Amino acid sequence: MTDPSVSPSVAALRGQFGAAILRDRVSCGDTIVWVAADRAHEILAWLRDDPGQDFNFLTDVTAVEYRDGELPLEVVYQLRSLGRRADLRLKLELDKALPLEVESVCDLWSGANWLEREVFDMFGITFRNHPDLRRILMWETYAEGFPLRKDFPLRGHFSRSEQTRQALAANPEAHYSLEELSIAASYRDLSVEMRARLARGERGEVV
Amino acid sequence: MTTRTVEFELSTPGVDAAGRDIRVPLGVPGREVEDFPSEHVLINIGPQHPATHGVLRLVIELDGETVVRCIPHIGYLHSGFEKLAEYRHYNQIIPLTDRTDYLAPMSNNVCLALAVEKLMDIEITERCQVLRVIACEMSRIISHIVWLGTTGIDLGAFTPFLWLFHQRELIYDLQESWTGARLTTSLTRVGGMMADVPDGWEDGLRTFCQGFPKVLQEVDTMFTNNAIWCGRNQGVGVISQADAINGSLSGPLLRSTGVDYDVRKDRPYLGYETYDFDVPVGEHGDNYDRYLVRLEEMFQSTRILEQALDRLAGLRDAPMNVADARVILPPKSRAMSDMESMIHHFKQVMEGIHPPAGEAYLGIENPKGELGYYFVSDGTAKPVRWRIRPPSFVNLSALPQMCEGALLSDVIATNASVDIVMGEIDR
Repeated sequence: MTDPSVSPSVAALRGQFGAAILRDRVSCGDTIVWVAADRAHEILAWLRDDPGQDFNFLTDVTAVEYRDGELPLEVVYQLRSLGRRADLRLKLELDKALPLEVESVCDLWSGANWLEREVFDMFGITFRNHPDLRRILMWETYAEGFPLRKDFPLRGHFSRSEQTRQALAANPEAHYSLEELSIAASYRDLSVEMRARLARGERGEVV
Repeated sequence: MTTRTVEFELSTPGVDAAGRDIRVPLGVPGREVEDFPSEHVLINIGPQHPATHGVLRLVIELDGETVVRCIPHIGYLHSGFEKLAEYRHYNQIIPLTDRTDYLAPMSNNVCLALAVEKLMDIEITERCQVLRVIACEMSRIISHIVWLGTTGIDLGAFTPFLWLFHQRELIYDLQESWTGARLTTSLTRVGGMMADVPDGWEDGLRTFCQGFPKVLQEVDTMFTNNAIWCGRNQGVGVISQADAINGSLSGPLLRSTGVDYDVRKDRPYLGYETYDFDVPVGEHGDNYDRYLVRLEEMFQSTRILEQALDRLAGLRDAPMNVADARVILPPKSRAMSDMESMIHHFKQVMEGIHPPAGEAYLGIENPKGELGYYFVSDGTAKPVRWRIRPPSFVNLSALPQMCEGALLSDVIATNASVDIVMGEIDR
């Protein structure tokens, strides 16, 4: 599956962004480019809009944490040009000692919305300017952490009896409140304090 | 109280092959109605509701009968497959793939084996390729059958469901006699297959390939020009080509908007480039075009199956698994009599296979869209990361866009036409 048409993208990226392109590699025929995390959004926008690149399709967004704790977390974008039939994998590295934050690409590809939510849910990486960054597979009040992180045990952080206790103590009616719907639309307009309360599972009065 | 004009844009205009107009007028355009100021109503569909096709929950805000907002909630079937895979050998992940898109399990098995083979740079045998093509196309047919049958039921047509599910049983019988299971097939192994097809199995599939197009034609007769079917589907759940590409949609959803991207043609795997088949492409991006695309795909899958059966007949005595002691267990007789084979057997079972450090993404054209498996290996027997790129997860994320502004009943039709499977969405 070696695709010779991809490598020119790397040369073009180096020409355009210079030092922001950290390194590149070919693994199993796939071209991988590591870029500086703070310029990733700009680079992705260029890859999408430059007529020579035309990566108009975002196949996937995910993250990788290595077993070696020294290695940084990686956010992985699988890009595709439907017209040129070319693929490119773009990666950026996040130092685990710093806040895990990257710029959302929802403004470039609406398909990134749920994919980034899943990365947030599973790895705890915050996507700045995401329109609706909530947990997606786990429930809103899930308190055990981020399941796909390597420091997360397979059975979870809490004991089985604590998990059962929490499940039974949860208020199922809370899932059916009008409040929830208004949150989804106007989450961005809420105050920081209100968002923190919602994240803790408080929902306020149901009208 | 305000007055507004009701505009009926109910269907996309068009004519069928016989020149008949297939637009279905369902109302009088331009009629003025009084609009009462009303409170928005919030309704909840699912997670236990037959029309959500699994444990999907939709929270819908309605103004009268019009959908103002549609918010899908998922995760009710979350099982942590990606986490589990980090604790398993590569071949032990195959049973997990059965349980993701459980309507097309064999196709998932094939994708997993292909992804690991890409990681290890293994070239599989020709017979194995043909068998995997058969597995993929059988999966495509049964998955589309479930979609068409249940969509028919959602829109009030029960008969085609029974015809189609009878055909699905025929495939399930074949699947069972090949793999030993109807649902949890675990058919592939890295470098080969779990089992070869039993004697005379090909005849059963050939009989199916002869009978199935006739049933499809009957379904075609029932649906394609059916006034209710057209009225409920044409012009409903429309998504534009630009939005579909921007929203990362894949499979029939993407093709229904006119994008001719099919992984089998554009990133060929398993030798698909050597088969003679067509990729149907729609035009309007509505529910009806998605129906036409999937219907034609079933005919095309039957064509591929027939070609694959012809090839299989010519490869009767060819080897199925690669001769690679790193990944394929030696024959039992040799493992019991030959020291080296015994060691290979022991090491594979106890230690698993060891792909080199590296990473590989492999996408295949699953019935629901592009299924991608992304493996990151650090050289040990268990993957660092196994990412499933789930087609129906991404496709479902465009549902609000397709539903908002439409009627509540259109949500059911559109949700059915997205063709989701929750096992894959929640993983």
